Amino acid sequence: MHSPQPNLETRSSDDWPSELYRVLKAADVRQMSYVPDAGHSQLIRLFSADRDVTTNVLTTEEEGIAIAAGAWLGGQRSVLLMQSSGVGNCINMLSLSAIGRFPLLMLVTMRGEWAEFNPWQVPMSRATQPSLEAIGLKVMRAETPEDLVETVESAAALAYESDQQIAVLIGQRLIGKKKW
Amino acid sequence: MSMQAQLDRRAAVAALLKDRNDTLVVSGLGSPTYDLHSVGDHDGNFYLWGAMGGAALIGLGLAQAQPGKRVLALTGDGEQLMGLGGLATIGVARPRNLDIVVIDNQHFGETGMQASHTGRGVDLTAIATACGFAATGIARTIAEVERLAAQIAAPGEGPRLFVIKVLAENPPRSLPSRDAVFIKNRFRAHLGFAAA
Repeated sequence: MHSPQPNLETRSSDDWPSELYRVLKAADVRQMSYVPDAGHSQLIRLFSADRDVTTNVLTTEEEGIAIAAGAWLGGQRSVLLMQSSGVGNCINMLSLSAIGRFPLLMLVTMRGEWAEFNPWQVPMSRATQPSLEAIGLKVMRAETPEDLVETVESAAALAYESDQQIAVLIGQRLIGKKKW
Repeated sequence: MSMQAQLDRRAAVAALLKDRNDTLVVSGLGSPTYDLHSVGDHDGNFYLWGAMGGAALIGLGLAQAQPGKRVLALTGDGEQLMGLGGLATIGVARPRNLDIVVIDNQHFGETGMQASHTGRGVDLTAIATACGFAATGIARTIAEVERLAAQIAAPGEGPRLFVIKVLAENPPRSLPSRDAVFIKNRFRAHLGFAAA
């Protein structure tokens, strides 16, 4: 399902993962779960090194939807990281967030839409936003590092303060070309 | 191994939860949700009517947020089979306050009693052991369920999974509220959190 992840071209001027970490910490996120994506690797490292945040590596993305609901029942805020191919795995489990009005914040790195080498990423890439909207999520999207940080800050407030279910799609153009 | 289970599921769940104290309980969709409600509604119950495969993982998020409380995911064989990967996730997370109890009738009881994988040789306790769970076991009699209740009342070294083999039958349904927002807010209020 997920492609192997060779190195990304790094752009040292764009340290948006550290900014996202800062924003999510400021929003009092206490649990983070993920299926890895190269685009999320730095954010995963930052959270994994943080003793105040419980981090769960998942076998499939919908597990994180359930963990986030459980965390909220227990009084903690949670964030879920995945790539666009994982959105398809989540759809039925998102019933839980939708019908229970559980705060949900998913950060989704897009594949299959910008200089993509792997055609198998393209169908789910096309289906990502429509399927999330069909199950009732609000979808926000960012194409630049500046816009992304502001978008995640706003999405966190909407999720945790207004009980909304939000997916922030991180454009593949922003993440950079993958080297093969 | 394929001996016919004789245990009544309602009697088993009643014995399991007789002295639940402040244990928080998440129930899997279908019969486990009715079983949990049948022994008495409780503010510390979160009943699922969907999200199949999610009960134990909701339990994980809750256990991680409330490390001082015992958390029980009470589910069925079909529900847990849909979340097998979650056992690996829970094994890695290694919460010390989460127990999974599978009320195993070896059938999909809600949909016409089709035989499930656990009636065809799949052993959930062996899978949990392979995922690194701290303890597992199978109960087949009320006396064994009573011993299990005492065991899960004491802290574990890590997550534990127990199977209770029960007779495949559908007792009269005992239906909790289907309003998840109400149940969620009631549960959070029970723990001292305000509704938004």
